[in-house]
Amino acid sequence: MIKTDALIIGAGPTGLFTAHQLKLIGLNCEIVDNLDKIGGQCIELYPDKPIYDIPAIPECTGEELTNNLIEQLKPFNIKFHLSERVDELKKNNSNWEIKTNKGTKFSTPNVIIAGGVGSFEPRKFNLKECQKYENNSVLYSVKDKTVFKGKTVSIFGGGDSAVDWAIELSKDSKVNLIHRRDEFRGAQLNVNKVHDLNKSGKIKLFTKYQLKTVNGKDNLENIEIESDDKEIKKLDTDYILGFFGLIMQLGPIADWGLNIDKKTIPVDTEKFETNQKGIYAVGDICNYPGKLKLILSGFHEGALAARACFKLARPDEKYRFEFTTSSKTIKNRLGIKE
Amino acid sequence: MAKITYIEHNGKNHTIDVTNGLSVMEGAVQNNIPGIDADCGGSMACATCHVYVKEEWFNKLPKKEDGEEDMLDMAFEPKKISRLSCQILVSDELDGLIVNLPEKQV
Repeated sequence: MIKTDALIIGAGPTGLFTAHQLKLIGLNCEIVDNLDKIGGQCIELYPDKPIYDIPAIPECTGEELTNNLIEQLKPFNIKFHLSERVDELKKNNSNWEIKTNKGTKFSTPNVIIAGGVGSFEPRKFNLKECQKYENNSVLYSVKDKTVFKGKTVSIFGGGDSAVDWAIELSKDSKVNLIHRRDEFRGAQLNVNKVHDLNKSGKIKLFTKYQLKTVNGKDNLENIEIESDDKEIKKLDTDYILGFFGLIMQLGPIADWGLNIDKKTIPVDTEKFETNQKGIYAVGDICNYPGKLKLILSGFHEGALAARACFKLARPDEKYRFEFTTSSKTIKNRLGIKE
Repeated sequence: MAKITYIEHNGKNHTIDVTNGLSVMEGAVQNNIPGIDADCGGSMACATCHVYVKEEWFNKLPKKEDGEEDMLDMAFEPKKISRLSCQILVSDELDGLIVNLPEKQV
């Protein structure tokens, strides 16, 4: 059981800056995020898109913003728990007990939800029959590529993941690449490679096709794909890989006894506390009159929630407001030597 | 101002007046029409305001910008006539537009 003053759920810009604020006022914290990297929507949805409304930064990309926030956290040794999703949250006396899907447990008086629009999950096939084979022969990520050796793999999707895996797996497997339109959004160099491999027969390319049925008994045997013009093709296959990007789902947050209104969590604007004492919501996931879904609003909300955490984490101490420009204590925490 | 009809997957109709300059997505969200989630708030970073527009209207709409088709790859059951409603801006010319909502957004 990890004991901490505050647990932050979500490593997007708001979660990162909230961690900074907590450490600045002398509280420790850890961060959990379901993605395998730091940055949240900024890194997952728009790493290359310029953002123009971060105060004092005329222009920066989602990736640059994330890197700067990580840089700003450098003086503090913050523990990140990536690729972990918080599944359970229970009250135990004055503390919250949290458990992730990987079994990590935390005990803390303060939980700050900086979860954006929820956790990122792979978008799955719509066909019900796919569920039967999920994790066996219907997969949404590759954990061990050796299982495909000598097998037939049908890959669906048009982005980098689909294109890159089609190329990689074509070395040792029979590969079908199926996409709903002619254009691929993967890197051009690799898209060209796919077309070359298609010509040389290493990859069978089916564009303007989508998955129609999956057939088999205990094991997957074949699939039918259907074109825009309703033409159906039957393909024998051992595995199906779906790469349709990630979708955001509120997930387990919905089960923690919090008030939820249209996928957002109502909070007060003093502490950004939810209807549960010691649970706060900041950034895109919180809601209050006048709420703007801007990164700068998330920063403000995180700064105030951090101060609220102080009361519960240090009940016998009094919080004193200090400026980074003048406070010796803060400079010590930042490791600045004068 | 344009009258826009949103047809839910179950066939339920909603016809509302949407002010020029708003997106078809915003028209739905501001009027609490179920079936359009708009998770990313209109920044073309998700595909949860996905709608189908029948050919007669589809061809009259301004063409998709780069990126919209890429996002539509990630929509639920995308078709040739799929659009992201956050990318359709309302003007007088769209008076009478009908959009059909998919079974679900995610």
